[in-house]
Amino acid sequence: MEYVNPEGLRLDGRRPMEMRQLRGEIGVVSKADGSAVFEMGNTKVIAAVYGPREVQNRSQQLNDQALVRCEYSMANFSTGDRMRKPKGDRRSTEISLVIRQTMEASILTHLMPRSQIDIFVQVLQADGGTRSACINAATLALADAGIPMRDLVTSCSAGYLNGTPLLDLNYVEDSAGGADVTVGILPKLDKVTLLQMDAKLQMDTFENVMQLAIEGCKAVASYIREILLDNTKQLEFRRGV
Amino acid sequence: MRDLQLSLNKGQSVRLERALEQLESLSSKANSDASVTVADDISVNYEDAILKGHGTVEMDGRLVATLCGVVERVNKLVYVRALRARYKPEIGDIIVGRVIEVAPKRWRLEINFSQDAVLMLSSMNLPDGIQRRRTAIDELNMRSIFEESDVICAEVRGFQHDGCLHLQARSQKYGKLKKGQLLTIPPYLVKKRKQHFHYLDEYGIDVILGCNGFVWVGEHVETRDDMAEDLSNKSEPSSVKSLNTMSDDEAEETYTPPETRQNICRTANAIRVLSTLGFMITVEVVVEIVKLSISLNLDVHEMLGAEFYVLVAEKEAERRSLLTKRR
Repeated sequence: MEYVNPEGLRLDGRRPMEMRQLRGEIGVVSKADGSAVFEMGNTKVIAAVYGPREVQNRSQQLNDQALVRCEYSMANFSTGDRMRKPKGDRRSTEISLVIRQTMEASILTHLMPRSQIDIFVQVLQADGGTRSACINAATLALADAGIPMRDLVTSCSAGYLNGTPLLDLNYVEDSAGGADVTVGILPKLDKVTLLQMDAKLQMDTFENVMQLAIEGCKAVASYIREILLDNTKQLEFRRGV
Repeated sequence: MRDLQLSLNKGQSVRLERALEQLESLSSKANSDASVTVADDISVNYEDAILKGHGTVEMDGRLVATLCGVVERVNKLVYVRALRARYKPEIGDIIVGRVIEVAPKRWRLEINFSQDAVLMLSSMNLPDGIQRRRTAIDELNMRSIFEESDVICAEVRGFQHDGCLHLQARSQKYGKLKKGQLLTIPPYLVKKRKQHFHYLDEYGIDVILGCNGFVWVGEHVETRDDMAEDLSNKSEPSSVKSLNTMSDDEAEETYTPPETRQNICRTANAIRVLSTLGFMITVEVVVEIVKLSISLNLDVHEMLGAEFYVLVAEKEAERRSLLTKRR
């Protein structure tokens, strides 16, 4: 199948190096400490953060840092054909772990000893790149909850199809069988906290694809920063003196 | 807009926007570029010695924010004041909390902090009002003082060496809160002041603005009266018996006149509206909003309608512009 037509356009009309439209919103779950919705094109994810709060299971309590937990789930209606999978299947356990580790790398957990931070992410619409969207939503929600972080974590995926590197794959491109590289970075520190690939790529192509994904992450970061700054200003002027 | 899921009609949304714009213009003069987000650089003069405060971290020789908030500078100290975050206790803060566990010699309280707070039996006045050592009987009778899910008002005593937060309730004004509503609002909307207990005598209600963002609105209680009653009860020797008489009193006292109930709900709704709009909550503003709702002849439930939100926003804009003019 042809994923990039001769004019250089992809199936959904994007250029190879073009991202889908981003949209982020803060404060969507009223009872959570922090919450956000993040959309990348048709992929839509909601995240809620609770904490830092008292550790629920005493045996898990850490005396020098906070315990970070993450739960990823996919709504039954999120995919094309309605699926009924039990909670905690292999895929969602893996993604929960990935998100937890990625977020934990940036949270300053040592400032909140003997407490726990819960991150819940749910996919409302799945159209490829749910992992990235979840990480971006979780970052927004954590920042909204006022949890100290080294840096914002942002994530974006990139792939390689028809001999061209493609940024931000959608579901059709994702299931084409080519490589899918998901990268999560700390944009300010220029460090990689997540790198996943589910196929083989040649060394030099891989570097190109990864570079493309990093560019995507930086674009997401500048967008997220904009949202957060706008939100902070809103809260401050409304509060008044 | 955060938390504000209202069905505004066109006119209302225009008015709300206008009021908010006015608020923005009023505050922007003070500090326009002090807002930072996570990982933003904070501009400081590195030649001066500076003290890094909360919400900042040094990275490659630069000062970087770790929170979203507003940069504050006090002499050498530079810190980021977080807006939306959990409560950070300071010694002497008056807080409202909910009992979640009765443990040996202590109660555990949920206070919107990263851990549960602890109120020791020894750091509160006994109901009989005398100072003495707490005996095993007192410990067994702890549930007669506070039970699980009771709402309590107390003061932050300090951190223990193991990091847990201790409270105290060594005065008649602290203790169990009855006959009212507990509201939870973001703690950054409560300003620390001299007075956190407020008695609104024209409505016959008490308002306690806990520093942790828990607000109590309840029927007014005379603390002195309670004390006197307890002292008279004390003539009966056995403590168990005095407990029984207390519960009888409670049964008699459960009646609250409907007007007071309405006033409680009205005030609570005023606080709800203000906190949803993200305005600072002080007792003066709350009273103003309650008066506004009464002068408009609104029912209590109508206060949560879209129109009243717009009115409150306009009122607040008007109030703040008056304040700045007066300066």
